[in-house]
Amino acid sequence: MFNEPHPDEVRVITKRFGLPNSASIDTYLAHEGYVAFMKAIEMTPEQIIDELKLSNLRGRGGAGFPTGLKWSFIPRDNPKPKYVVVNADESEPGTCKDRLLIQNDPHQLIEGCLIAARTIGCKAGYIYIRGEYRYLIDIMDKALAEAYAHGYLGKNIKGSGIDFDLYTHSGAGAYECGEESALLESLEGKRGVPRIRPPFPAVSGLYASPTVLNNVETFATVPAVLRMGGQAYADLGTPKNGGTRMLCVSGHVNRPGVYEVPLGFSMQKMIYEVCGGIRGGKKLKAVIPGGSSSPVLRADECDFPMDYDNYARMKTMAGSGGMMVMDEDTDIVKVALRTMRFYAHESCGWCIPCREGTTWLRKILTRMDEGTGRRADIDLIHELAKNMLGRTFCPLGDAAAMPTIGFVEKFREEFEARLRENVVPVTSPDQLIAIR
Amino acid sequence: MTFTPETEKRLQDIWSRYPAGRKRSAVIPMLMYAQDELGMVTQELIAEVAQRCEVSPLQVEEVVGYYSMLNKQKMGKHHVQVCTNIACLLMGGEELWQHTTKRLGIGHKQITADGLISLEEVECAGACSWAPCVVDGYEYHHHMTIEKLDQLLDSIQKKVQ
Repeated sequence: MFNEPHPDEVRVITKRFGLPNSASIDTYLAHEGYVAFMKAIEMTPEQIIDELKLSNLRGRGGAGFPTGLKWSFIPRDNPKPKYVVVNADESEPGTCKDRLLIQNDPHQLIEGCLIAARTIGCKAGYIYIRGEYRYLIDIMDKALAEAYAHGYLGKNIKGSGIDFDLYTHSGAGAYECGEESALLESLEGKRGVPRIRPPFPAVSGLYASPTVLNNVETFATVPAVLRMGGQAYADLGTPKNGGTRMLCVSGHVNRPGVYEVPLGFSMQKMIYEVCGGIRGGKKLKAVIPGGSSSPVLRADECDFPMDYDNYARMKTMAGSGGMMVMDEDTDIVKVALRTMRFYAHESCGWCIPCREGTTWLRKILTRMDEGTGRRADIDLIHELAKNMLGRTFCPLGDAAAMPTIGFVEKFREEFEARLRENVVPVTSPDQLIAIR
Repeated sequence: MTFTPETEKRLQDIWSRYPAGRKRSAVIPMLMYAQDELGMVTQELIAEVAQRCEVSPLQVEEVVGYYSMLNKQKMGKHHVQVCTNIACLLMGGEELWQHTTKRLGIGHKQITADGLISLEEVECAGACSWAPCVVDGYEYHHHMTIEKLDQLLDSIQKKVQ
Protein backbone atom coordinates (compact mmCIF):
# COMPACT_ATOMS: atom_id res chain seq x y z
CA MET A 1 0.00 0.00 0.00
CA PHE A 2 2.83 2.42 0.76
CA ASN A 3 4.11 4.22 -2.32
CA GLU A 4 7.64 3.84 -3.62
CA PRO A 5 10.06 6.21 -1.91
CA HIS A 6 11.43 9.10 -3.97
CA PRO A 7 15.16 9.99 -4.06
CA ASP A 8 14.41 13.58 -2.98
CA GLU A 9 12.89 12.42 0.28
CA VAL A 10 14.84 12.75 3.53
CA ARG A 11 13.70 9.77 5.52
CA VAL A 12 14.17 10.31 9.23
CA ILE A 13 10.96 8.94 10.72
CA THR A 14 10.05 6.76 7.76
CA LYS A 15 13.47 5.20 7.38
CA ARG A 16 12.35 1.80 8.67
CA PHE A 17 9.33 1.64 6.37
CA GLY A 18 9.79 -1.21 3.95
CA LEU A 19 12.20 -3.22 6.13
CA PRO A 20 11.12 -6.82 6.66
CA ASN A 21 8.79 -6.99 9.68
CA SER A 22 9.26 -3.28 10.19
CA ALA A 23 6.59 -3.22 12.93
CA SER A 24 8.39 -5.81 15.10
CA ILE A 25 10.56 -4.92 18.06
CA ASP A 26 13.41 -7.04 16.66
CA THR A 27 13.58 -4.93 13.53
CA TYR A 28 13.27 -1.79 15.61
CA LEU A 29 16.08 -2.78 17.97
CA ALA A 30 18.30 -3.70 15.02
CA HIS A 31 17.84 -0.19 13.59
CA GLU A 32 18.65 2.20 16.43
CA GLY A 33 15.47 1.33 18.30
CA TYR A 34 15.15 2.55 21.92
CA VAL A 35 18.65 4.08 21.69
CA ALA A 36 17.20 7.55 22.25
CA PHE A 37 15.31 6.42 25.33
CA MET A 38 18.46 4.93 26.85
CA LYS A 39 20.07 8.30 26.18
CA ALA A 40 17.11 10.10 27.78
CA ILE A 41 17.55 8.11 30.99
CA GLU A 42 20.97 9.74 31.40
CA MET A 43 19.60 13.21 30.68
CA THR A 44 17.71 15.57 32.97
CA PRO A 45 14.20 16.68 31.92
CA GLU A 46 15.62 20.16 31.29
CA GLN A 47 18.25 18.76 28.94
CA ILE A 48 15.62 16.83 26.97
CA ILE A 49 13.43 19.93 26.66
CA ASP A 50 16.46 21.98 25.61
CA GLU A 51 17.24 19.52 22.82
CA LEU A 52 13.63 19.68 21.65
CA LYS A 53 13.71 23.46 21.68
CA LEU A 54 16.97 23.44 19.76
CA SER A 55 15.45 21.07 17.18
CA ASN A 56 12.71 23.57 16.27
CA LEU A 57 10.31 20.64 16.15
CA ARG A 58 6.79 21.98 15.74
CA GLY A 59 3.57 20.04 16.25
CA ARG A 60 2.67 17.96 13.24
CA GLY A 61 -1.04 17.72 13.97
CA GLY A 62 -2.09 21.07 12.59
CA ALA A 63 -1.33 24.00 14.83
CA GLY A 64 2.47 23.80 14.53
CA PHE A 65 3.16 24.73 18.15
CA PRO A 66 6.81 24.27 19.24
CA THR A 67 7.00 20.88 20.98
CA GLY A 68 9.81 21.72 23.42
CA LEU A 69 7.90 24.74 24.65
CA LYS A 70 4.71 22.70 25.03
CA TRP A 71 6.49 20.11 27.17
CA SER A 72 8.09 22.82 29.28
CA PHE A 73 4.64 24.03 30.38
CA ILE A 74 4.05 20.89 32.46
CA PRO A 75 4.25 21.96 36.12
CA ARG A 76 6.81 19.58 37.60
CA ASP A 77 5.84 20.26 41.23
CA ASN A 78 2.15 19.44 40.72
CA PRO A 79 1.32 16.51 43.03
CA LYS A 80 -1.32 15.13 40.64
CA PRO A 81 -0.51 12.20 38.36
CA LYS A 82 0.61 13.30 34.91
CA TYR A 83 -0.34 11.80 31.55
CA VAL A 84 0.96 11.34 28.04
CA VAL A 85 -1.76 11.30 25.39
CA VAL A 86 -1.18 10.55 21.71
CA ASN A 87 -3.58 12.01 19.20
CA ALA A 88 -4.02 9.26 16.61
CA ASP A 89 -7.50 10.43 15.69
CA GLU A 90 -6.25 11.34 12.22
CA SER A 91 -9.39 12.58 10.51
CA GLU A 92 -8.55 15.87 8.84
CA PRO A 93 -9.63 15.27 5.25
CA GLY A 94 -6.53 14.77 3.11
CA THR A 95 -4.42 13.24 5.88
CA CYS A 96 -3.22 9.64 5.93
CA LYS A 97 0.27 9.70 7.48
CA ASP A 98 -0.20 8.73 11.13
CA ARG A 99 -1.74 5.56 9.84
CA LEU A 100 1.55 4.65 8.14
CA LEU A 101 3.62 5.54 11.19
CA ILE A 102 1.65 3.13 13.36
CA GLN A 103 1.36 0.45 10.72
CA ASN A 104 5.04 0.43 9.78
CA ASP A 105 6.85 1.56 12.91
CA PRO A 106 4.76 1.41 16.10
CA HIS A 107 7.79 1.14 18.37
CA GLN A 108 9.05 4.52 17.25
CA LEU A 109 5.82 6.00 18.65
CA ILE A 110 6.17 4.01 21.87
CA GLU A 111 9.71 5.30 22.29
CA GLY A 112 8.54 8.88 21.76
CA CYS A 113 5.94 8.39 24.49
CA LEU A 114 8.55 6.88 26.81
CA ILE A 115 10.79 9.90 26.37
CA ALA A 116 7.82 12.18 27.12
CA ALA A 117 7.05 10.15 30.23
CA ARG A 118 10.69 10.39 31.32
CA THR A 119 10.64 14.16 30.75
CA ILE A 120 7.50 15.04 32.67
CA GLY A 121 7.65 12.21 35.20
CA CYS A 122 4.45 10.39 34.37
CA LYS A 123 3.37 6.81 34.81
CA ALA A 124 0.59 6.27 32.27
CA GLY A 125 -0.28 7.19 28.74
CA TYR A 126 -3.00 6.59 26.19
CA ILE A 127 -2.91 6.36 22.42
CA TYR A 128 -6.27 7.61 21.19
CA ILE A 129 -6.82 5.91 17.83
CA ARG A 130 -9.80 6.72 15.65
CA GLY A 131 -12.36 3.89 15.67
CA GLU A 132 -12.12 3.31 11.93
CA TYR A 133 -8.44 2.35 12.33
CA ARG A 134 -9.23 -0.88 14.17
CA TYR A 135 -6.47 -2.77 12.37
CA LEU A 136 -3.98 -0.24 13.73
CA ILE A 137 -5.24 -0.79 17.27
CA ASP A 138 -4.39 -4.47 16.78
CA ILE A 139 -0.92 -3.64 15.44
CA MET A 140 -0.33 -1.18 18.28
CA ASP A 141 -1.55 -3.64 20.95
CA LYS A 142 0.85 -6.23 19.60
CA ALA A 143 3.73 -3.75 19.67
CA LEU A 144 2.85 -2.71 23.23
CA ALA A 145 2.86 -6.37 24.32
CA GLU A 146 6.31 -6.78 22.75
CA ALA A 147 7.58 -3.67 24.51
CA TYR A 148 6.34 -5.03 27.85
CA ALA A 149 7.94 -8.41 27.14
CA HIS A 150 11.28 -6.72 26.38
CA GLY A 151 11.13 -4.51 29.45
CA TYR A 152 10.56 -1.21 27.63
CA LEU A 153 7.21 -0.70 29.35
CA GLY A 154 6.04 -1.58 32.83
CA LYS A 155 7.90 -1.27 36.12
CA ASN A 156 11.47 -0.06 36.51
CA ILE A 157 12.13 0.13 32.80
CA LYS A 158 15.65 -1.09 31.97
CA GLY A 159 16.70 -0.51 35.57
CA SER A 160 16.05 3.22 35.32
CA GLY A 161 13.52 3.35 38.12
CA ILE A 162 10.96 4.66 35.61
CA ASP A 163 7.52 3.06 35.62
CA PHE A 164 5.34 3.63 32.61
CA ASP A 165 2.21 1.96 31.24
CA LEU A 166 0.90 2.73 27.78
CA TYR A 167 -2.51 1.72 26.40
CA THR A 168 -4.53 2.06 23.22
CA HIS A 169 -7.95 3.69 23.36
CA SER A 170 -10.51 3.40 20.56
CA GLY A 171 -12.51 6.38 19.37
CA ALA A 172 -15.90 5.88 17.76
CA GLY A 173 -16.12 8.20 14.79
CA ALA A 174 -16.00 11.95 15.39
CA TYR A 175 -13.77 14.43 13.57
CA GLU A 176 -14.16 16.83 16.47
CA CYS A 177 -12.19 14.48 18.72
CA GLY A 178 -9.02 15.36 16.80
CA GLU A 179 -9.18 18.72 18.60
CA GLU A 180 -7.14 18.29 21.76
CA SER A 181 -9.67 19.31 24.39
CA ALA A 182 -12.50 17.38 22.72
CA LEU A 183 -10.18 14.38 22.51
CA LEU A 184 -9.63 14.57 26.27
CA GLU A 185 -13.39 14.74 26.90
CA SER A 186 -13.82 11.70 24.67
CA LEU A 187 -11.01 9.87 26.45
CA GLU A 188 -12.90 10.50 29.69
CA GLY A 189 -15.91 8.74 28.17
CA LYS A 190 -17.96 11.79 27.25
CA ARG A 191 -19.22 13.47 24.11
CA GLY A 192 -16.36 15.08 22.21
CA VAL A 193 -17.25 18.66 23.03
CA PRO A 194 -14.33 21.10 23.33
CA ARG A 195 -13.30 22.72 26.60
CA ILE A 196 -12.71 26.38 27.06
CA ARG A 197 -9.03 27.25 27.42
CA PRO A 198 -7.06 28.26 29.40
CA PRO A 199 -6.33 26.13 31.30
CA PHE A 200 -4.46 24.25 28.58
CA PRO A 201 -3.93 20.48 28.77
CA ALA A 202 -0.36 21.00 30.01
CA VAL A 203 -1.89 22.28 33.25
CA SER A 204 -5.29 20.62 33.28
CA GLY A 205 -5.70 17.84 30.72
CA LEU A 206 -6.78 14.25 31.19
CA TYR A 207 -8.65 13.86 34.52
CA ALA A 208 -7.81 17.52 35.20
CA SER A 209 -4.14 16.53 35.47
CA PRO A 210 -1.10 17.91 33.64
CA THR A 211 -0.99 16.23 30.22
CA VAL A 212 1.40 16.20 27.29
CA LEU A 213 -0.76 15.80 24.21
CA ASN A 214 0.79 15.58 20.75
CA ASN A 215 0.12 14.15 17.33
CA VAL A 216 1.52 10.70 16.39
CA GLU A 217 4.09 12.19 14.03
CA THR A 218 5.34 14.60 16.69
CA PHE A 219 5.94 11.84 19.24
CA ALA A 220 7.45 9.63 16.53
CA THR A 221 9.97 12.36 15.75
CA VAL A 222 11.23 12.80 19.31
CA PRO A 223 13.53 9.72 19.32
CA ALA A 224 15.25 10.99 16.15
CA VAL A 225 15.80 14.40 17.74
CA LEU A 226 17.56 12.90 20.76
CA ARG A 227 19.53 10.46 18.63
CA MET A 228 20.76 13.04 16.15
CA GLY A 229 20.90 15.96 18.55
CA GLY A 230 18.53 18.91 18.37
CA GLN A 231 20.82 21.05 16.23
CA ALA A 232 21.43 18.38 13.59
CA TYR A 233 17.68 17.78 13.35
CA ALA A 234 16.95 21.50 13.07
CA ASP A 235 19.51 21.87 10.30
CA LEU A 236 17.50 19.55 8.04
CA GLY A 237 14.81 22.22 7.77
CA THR A 238 14.71 26.01 7.58
CA PRO A 239 15.20 28.51 10.43
CA LYS A 240 12.43 28.10 13.07
CA ASN A 241 11.06 25.13 11.09
CA GLY A 242 13.19 22.18 12.07
CA GLY A 243 13.55 18.81 10.44
CA THR A 244 11.33 16.87 8.10
CA ARG A 245 7.65 16.16 7.90
CA MET A 246 5.35 13.77 6.11
CA LEU A 247 3.19 15.18 3.35
CA CYS A 248 0.19 13.23 2.11
CA VAL A 249 -0.39 14.04 -1.53
CA SER A 250 -3.70 13.07 -3.06
CA GLY A 251 -5.85 14.01 -6.01
CA HIS A 252 -4.85 14.51 -9.62
CA VAL A 253 -1.12 13.76 -9.60
CA ASN A 254 0.61 10.86 -11.30
CA ARG A 255 2.18 9.49 -8.11
CA PRO A 256 0.03 10.31 -5.11
CA GLY A 257 1.51 9.11 -1.85
CA VAL A 258 2.99 9.99 1.51
CA TYR A 259 6.47 11.46 1.32
CA GLU A 260 8.85 12.65 4.02
CA VAL A 261 10.60 15.86 2.99
CA PRO A 262 12.53 18.58 4.82
CA LEU A 263 10.62 21.65 5.96
CA GLY A 264 11.06 24.27 3.27
CA PHE A 265 10.77 21.78 0.40
CA SER A 266 9.45 23.41 -2.78
CA MET A 267 5.78 22.83 -3.50
CA GLN A 268 6.46 23.02 -7.22
CA LYS A 269 9.07 20.27 -6.91
CA MET A 270 6.71 18.20 -4.79
CA ILE A 271 3.95 18.28 -7.37
CA TYR A 272 5.98 18.02 -10.56
CA GLU A 273 8.99 15.91 -9.57
CA VAL A 274 8.19 13.82 -6.52
CA CYS A 275 4.57 13.21 -7.53
CA GLY A 276 5.25 13.14 -11.27
CA GLY A 277 3.09 16.11 -12.26
CA ILE A 278 -0.60 16.35 -13.07
CA ARG A 279 -2.07 13.19 -14.52
CA GLY A 280 -3.17 13.06 -18.10
CA GLY A 281 -0.96 16.03 -18.96
CA LYS A 282 -3.60 18.41 -17.60
CA LYS A 283 -2.96 21.79 -16.07
CA LEU A 284 -2.93 22.43 -12.34
CA LYS A 285 -5.88 24.44 -11.07
CA ALA A 286 -5.52 24.54 -7.30
CA VAL A 287 -4.04 22.91 -4.21
CA ILE A 288 -5.57 22.54 -0.77
CA PRO A 289 -2.22 22.47 1.04
CA GLY A 290 -2.75 21.25 4.61
CA GLY A 291 -5.98 19.34 5.02
CA SER A 292 -9.47 20.56 4.18
CA SER A 293 -9.33 23.32 6.82
CA SER A 294 -6.56 25.15 5.01
CA PRO A 295 -7.50 27.83 2.46
CA VAL A 296 -7.00 26.81 -1.15
CA LEU A 297 -4.11 28.07 -3.30
CA ARG A 298 -4.46 28.93 -6.98
CA ALA A 299 -2.03 27.31 -9.44
CA ASP A 300 -0.01 30.54 -9.68
CA GLU A 301 0.49 30.52 -5.89
CA CYS A 302 1.88 26.99 -5.71
CA ASP A 303 5.57 27.75 -5.87
CA PHE A 304 7.05 28.38 -2.45
CA PRO A 305 9.20 26.59 0.12
CA MET A 306 6.82 24.65 2.34
CA ASP A 307 7.51 25.58 5.94
CA TYR A 308 5.09 26.83 8.58
CA ASP A 309 6.02 30.48 8.12
CA ASN A 310 5.71 30.44 4.34
CA TYR A 311 2.31 28.79 4.44
CA ALA A 312 1.24 31.59 6.78
CA ARG A 313 2.70 34.17 4.39
CA MET A 314 0.54 32.62 1.65
CA LYS A 315 -2.45 33.15 3.99
CA THR A 316 -3.02 29.44 4.37
CA MET A 317 -1.57 26.83 6.72
CA ALA A 318 0.69 23.82 6.90
CA GLY A 319 -2.02 22.04 8.87
CA SER A 320 -1.78 18.29 8.97
CA GLY A 321 0.22 17.93 5.75
CA GLY A 322 -2.68 16.76 3.60
CA MET A 323 -2.07 18.20 0.13
CA MET A 324 -4.99 17.75 -2.24
CA VAL A 325 -4.08 18.57 -5.82
CA MET A 326 -6.78 19.54 -8.31
CA ASP A 327 -6.50 19.70 -12.09
CA GLU A 328 -8.11 22.17 -14.49
CA ASP A 329 -11.32 20.15 -14.79
CA THR A 330 -12.11 20.31 -11.08
CA ASP A 331 -15.43 21.89 -10.12
CA ILE A 332 -14.57 24.25 -7.28
CA VAL A 333 -18.21 24.85 -6.31
CA LYS A 334 -18.60 21.10 -5.79
CA VAL A 335 -15.42 20.95 -3.74
CA ALA A 336 -16.61 23.89 -1.61
CA LEU A 337 -19.95 22.19 -1.07
CA ARG A 338 -18.38 18.84 -0.18
CA THR A 339 -16.09 20.60 2.27
CA MET A 340 -19.04 22.30 3.95
CA ARG A 341 -21.13 19.13 4.04
CA PHE A 342 -18.26 17.63 6.01
CA TYR A 343 -18.05 20.44 8.57
CA ALA A 344 -21.83 20.65 8.97
CA HIS A 345 -21.85 16.91 9.67
CA GLU A 346 -18.97 17.10 12.13
CA SER A 347 -19.91 20.25 14.04
CA CYS A 348 -20.62 19.11 17.58
CA GLY A 349 -23.34 21.73 17.91
CA TRP A 350 -21.92 23.31 21.04
CA CYS A 351 -21.24 26.80 19.62
CA ILE A 352 -24.02 28.49 17.68
CA PRO A 353 -21.84 30.28 15.07
CA CYS A 354 -20.42 26.91 14.03
CA ARG A 355 -23.58 24.84 14.27
CA GLU A 356 -25.79 27.34 12.44
CA GLY A 357 -23.06 28.73 10.21
CA THR A 358 -22.05 25.37 8.76
CA THR A 359 -25.68 24.33 8.29
CA TRP A 360 -26.65 27.51 6.45
CA LEU A 361 -23.50 27.52 4.37
CA ARG A 362 -24.24 23.94 3.37
CA LYS A 363 -27.74 24.94 2.31
CA ILE A 364 -26.57 27.95 0.30
CA LEU A 365 -23.75 26.01 -1.36
CA THR A 366 -26.18 23.22 -2.20
CA ARG A 367 -28.46 25.60 -4.06
CA MET A 368 -25.47 27.17 -5.79
CA ASP A 369 -24.41 23.71 -6.93
CA GLU A 370 -27.90 22.68 -7.97
CA GLY A 371 -28.34 25.79 -10.05
CA THR A 372 -30.93 27.58 -7.97
CA GLY A 373 -28.49 30.01 -6.38
CA ARG A 374 -28.97 33.75 -6.39
CA ARG A 375 -26.47 36.44 -7.26
CA ALA A 376 -26.46 37.69 -3.67
CA ASP A 377 -25.51 34.21 -2.44
CA ILE A 378 -21.86 34.62 -3.37
CA ASP A 379 -21.40 37.57 -1.04
CA LEU A 380 -23.64 35.94 1.52
CA ILE A 381 -21.40 32.85 1.66
CA HIS A 382 -18.35 35.06 2.10
CA GLU A 383 -19.98 37.24 4.73
CA LEU A 384 -21.44 34.36 6.71
CA ALA A 385 -18.13 32.51 6.78
CA LYS A 386 -16.29 35.64 7.93
CA ASN A 387 -18.74 36.00 10.78
CA MET A 388 -17.85 32.56 12.09
CA LEU A 389 -14.14 33.31 12.44
CA GLY A 390 -12.88 33.42 16.00
CA ARG A 391 -16.33 33.04 17.53
CA THR A 392 -16.22 29.42 18.67
CA PHE A 393 -14.65 27.44 21.53
CA CYS A 394 -12.61 25.23 19.26
CA PRO A 395 -11.10 25.69 15.81
CA LEU A 396 -13.81 23.71 13.97
CA GLY A 397 -15.75 26.89 13.23
CA ASP A 398 -12.65 28.52 11.80
CA ALA A 399 -11.77 25.32 9.97
CA ALA A 400 -15.09 25.47 8.15
CA ALA A 401 -14.98 29.20 7.50
CA MET A 402 -11.38 29.64 6.32
CA PRO A 403 -11.47 27.34 3.27
CA THR A 404 -14.90 28.68 2.29
CA ILE A 405 -13.64 32.26 2.29
CA GLY A 406 -10.69 31.05 0.23
CA PHE A 407 -12.86 29.32 -2.38
CA VAL A 408 -15.03 32.40 -2.86
CA GLU A 409 -12.16 34.90 -2.92
CA LYS A 410 -9.94 32.91 -5.24
CA PHE A 411 -12.49 31.32 -7.54
CA ARG A 412 -15.31 33.84 -7.54
CA GLU A 413 -15.59 33.56 -11.31
CA GLU A 414 -16.57 29.89 -10.97
CA PHE A 415 -19.39 30.74 -8.61
CA GLU A 416 -20.58 33.45 -11.01
CA ALA A 417 -20.33 31.14 -13.99
CA ARG A 418 -22.50 28.68 -12.12
CA LEU A 419 -25.25 31.30 -11.83
CA ARG A 420 -25.11 32.02 -15.58
CA GLU A 421 -25.13 28.36 -16.58
CA ASN A 422 -28.06 27.55 -14.47
CA VAL A 423 -30.75 29.91 -15.56
CA VAL A 424 -33.69 27.53 -15.75
CA PRO A 425 -35.21 27.74 -19.24
CA VAL A 426 -38.95 28.28 -19.45
CA THR A 427 -40.24 25.48 -21.64
CA SER A 428 -43.91 25.08 -20.90
CA PRO A 429 -46.86 27.42 -20.35
CA ASP A 430 -47.39 25.83 -16.91
CA GLN A 431 -44.09 27.20 -15.78
CA LEU A 432 -45.03 30.67 -16.98
CA ILE A 433 -48.19 30.55 -14.95
CA ALA A 434 -46.25 29.39 -11.95
CA ILE A 435 -43.83 32.26 -12.29
CA ARG A 436 -46.61 34.79 -12.66
CA MET B 1 -25.04 -9.76 29.85
CA THR B 2 -22.99 -12.63 28.55
CA PHE B 3 -20.60 -12.17 25.71
CA THR B 4 -18.35 -14.60 23.90
CA PRO B 5 -15.25 -15.36 26.00
CA GLU B 6 -13.14 -13.38 23.56
CA THR B 7 -15.29 -10.26 23.81
CA GLU B 8 -15.60 -10.63 27.58
CA LYS B 9 -11.83 -10.78 27.90
CA ARG B 10 -11.51 -7.70 25.70
CA LEU B 11 -14.08 -5.76 27.76
CA GLN B 12 -12.33 -6.60 31.02
CA ASP B 13 -8.98 -5.69 29.56
CA ILE B 14 -10.33 -2.31 28.43
CA TRP B 15 -11.87 -1.70 31.84
CA SER B 16 -8.55 -2.38 33.57
CA ARG B 17 -6.72 0.36 31.62
CA TYR B 18 -8.21 3.30 33.50
CA PRO B 19 -7.54 4.45 37.07
CA ALA B 20 -9.98 3.68 39.86
CA GLY B 21 -12.84 6.18 39.84
CA ARG B 22 -12.19 6.92 36.15
CA LYS B 23 -13.93 3.91 34.64
CA ARG B 24 -16.19 6.15 32.59
CA SER B 25 -13.24 6.29 30.19
CA ALA B 26 -13.98 2.69 29.22
CA VAL B 27 -17.49 3.48 27.96
CA ILE B 28 -16.68 4.24 24.32
CA PRO B 29 -14.16 1.44 23.62
CA MET B 30 -16.40 -1.07 25.42
CA LEU B 31 -19.39 -0.05 23.31
CA MET B 32 -17.30 -0.38 20.15
CA TYR B 33 -16.17 -3.93 20.85
CA ALA B 34 -19.51 -5.10 22.22
CA GLN B 35 -21.28 -3.61 19.20
CA ASP B 36 -19.07 -5.71 16.94
CA GLU B 37 -20.51 -8.80 18.55
CA LEU B 38 -24.14 -7.67 18.75
CA GLY B 39 -24.34 -5.86 15.41
CA MET B 40 -25.78 -2.80 17.17
CA VAL B 41 -25.97 -0.95 20.47
CA THR B 42 -28.98 -2.34 22.35
CA GLN B 43 -30.71 -0.89 25.43
CA GLU B 44 -29.48 -3.91 27.33
CA LEU B 45 -25.90 -3.13 26.29
CA ILE B 46 -26.26 0.50 27.37
CA ALA B 47 -27.41 -0.64 30.83
CA GLU B 48 -24.60 -3.21 31.02
CA VAL B 49 -21.85 -0.74 30.10
CA ALA B 50 -23.31 1.85 32.48
CA GLN B 51 -23.21 -0.61 35.34
CA ARG B 52 -19.68 -1.82 34.59
CA CYS B 53 -18.33 1.72 34.21
CA GLU B 54 -20.13 3.12 37.25
CA VAL B 55 -22.13 5.73 35.35
CA SER B 56 -25.83 6.26 34.68
CA PRO B 57 -27.43 4.73 31.56
CA LEU B 58 -28.17 8.27 30.39
CA GLN B 59 -24.46 9.07 30.35
CA VAL B 60 -23.91 6.11 28.06
CA GLU B 61 -26.94 7.00 25.96
CA GLU B 62 -25.69 10.51 25.21
CA VAL B 63 -22.37 9.14 24.04
CA VAL B 64 -24.14 6.70 21.71
CA GLY B 65 -26.02 9.62 20.18
CA TYR B 66 -22.82 11.54 19.54
CA TYR B 67 -20.43 9.13 17.83
CA SER B 68 -21.10 8.15 14.24
CA MET B 69 -19.75 4.61 14.58
CA LEU B 70 -22.14 3.66 17.37
CA ASN B 71 -25.42 2.48 15.89
CA LYS B 72 -28.73 1.93 17.63
CA GLN B 73 -30.07 0.31 14.49
CA LYS B 74 -29.04 -3.13 13.36
CA MET B 75 -26.23 -2.98 10.86
CA GLY B 76 -25.61 -5.49 8.11
CA LYS B 77 -23.20 -8.39 8.50
CA HIS B 78 -21.09 -6.29 6.19
CA HIS B 79 -21.15 -2.57 6.84
CA VAL B 80 -19.95 -1.08 3.57
CA GLN B 81 -18.66 2.48 3.85
CA VAL B 82 -17.95 4.61 0.81
CA CYS B 83 -15.85 7.73 1.31
CA THR B 84 -16.89 10.75 -0.76
CA ASN B 85 -14.80 13.40 0.98
CA ILE B 86 -12.60 15.63 -1.17
CA ALA B 87 -9.64 13.34 -1.90
CA CYS B 88 -12.01 10.50 -2.82
CA LEU B 89 -14.40 12.88 -4.60
CA LEU B 90 -11.54 13.97 -6.87
CA MET B 91 -10.87 10.33 -7.74
CA GLY B 92 -14.43 9.14 -8.38
CA GLY B 93 -15.81 8.48 -4.89
CA GLU B 94 -19.12 10.08 -5.78
CA GLU B 95 -19.57 7.70 -8.73
CA LEU B 96 -18.76 4.74 -6.50
CA TRP B 97 -21.39 5.87 -4.02
CA GLN B 98 -24.05 6.29 -6.74
CA HIS B 99 -23.19 2.89 -8.15
CA THR B 100 -23.43 1.17 -4.78
CA THR B 101 -26.79 2.66 -3.86
CA LYS B 102 -28.17 1.72 -7.28
CA ARG B 103 -26.84 -1.82 -7.17
CA LEU B 104 -28.03 -2.53 -3.64
CA GLY B 105 -31.23 -0.49 -3.89
CA ILE B 106 -30.61 1.09 -0.50
CA GLY B 107 -29.40 4.49 0.66
CA HIS B 108 -27.28 6.04 3.39
CA LYS B 109 -27.47 4.11 6.69
CA GLN B 110 -29.92 1.59 5.24
CA ILE B 111 -29.72 -2.18 5.22
CA THR B 112 -30.60 -4.77 2.55
CA ALA B 113 -33.74 -6.81 3.15
CA ASP B 114 -31.70 -9.95 3.87
CA GLY B 115 -29.70 -8.09 6.52
CA LEU B 116 -26.46 -8.86 4.76
CA ILE B 117 -25.19 -5.41 3.80
CA SER B 118 -25.68 -1.98 5.30
CA LEU B 119 -24.43 1.09 3.53
CA GLU B 120 -22.99 4.37 4.70
CA GLU B 121 -21.54 7.40 2.93
CA VAL B 122 -18.66 8.28 5.22
CA GLU B 123 -16.37 11.22 5.84
CA CYS B 124 -12.63 11.01 5.25
CA ALA B 125 -11.48 7.49 6.15
CA GLY B 126 -7.77 8.41 6.01
CA ALA B 127 -6.86 6.78 2.73
CA CYS B 128 -6.46 9.96 0.69
CA SER B 129 -3.26 9.06 -1.13
CA TRP B 130 -4.79 5.74 -2.20
CA ALA B 131 -8.21 7.11 -3.10
CA PRO B 132 -10.95 6.35 -3.71
CA CYS B 133 -11.55 4.04 -0.81
CA VAL B 134 -14.28 1.75 0.42
CA VAL B 135 -14.25 0.20 3.88
CA ASP B 136 -15.98 -3.13 4.56
CA GLY B 137 -16.38 -3.38 8.32
CA TYR B 138 -12.85 -2.46 9.36
CA GLU B 139 -11.19 -3.62 6.16
CA TYR B 140 -9.84 -0.96 3.82
CA HIS B 141 -10.02 -1.31 0.04
CA HIS B 142 -7.88 1.24 -1.78
CA HIS B 143 -7.73 2.48 -5.37
CA MET B 144 -11.33 1.41 -5.79
CA THR B 145 -13.03 1.21 -9.15
CA ILE B 146 -16.59 0.27 -10.02
CA GLU B 147 -15.32 -3.13 -11.22
CA LYS B 148 -13.41 -3.79 -7.99
CA LEU B 149 -16.39 -2.66 -5.95
CA ASP B 150 -18.64 -5.05 -7.86
CA GLN B 151 -16.18 -7.87 -7.18
CA LEU B 152 -16.24 -7.02 -3.48
CA LEU B 153 -20.04 -6.99 -3.35
CA ASP B 154 -20.18 -10.21 -5.41
CA SER B 155 -17.86 -11.95 -2.98
CA ILE B 156 -19.91 -10.76 0.01
CA GLN B 157 -23.13 -11.97 -1.58
CA LYS B 158 -21.61 -15.25 -2.77
CA LYS B 159 -20.31 -16.15 0.68
CA VAL B 160 -23.88 -16.49 1.93
CA GLN B 161 -25.13 -18.77 -0.80
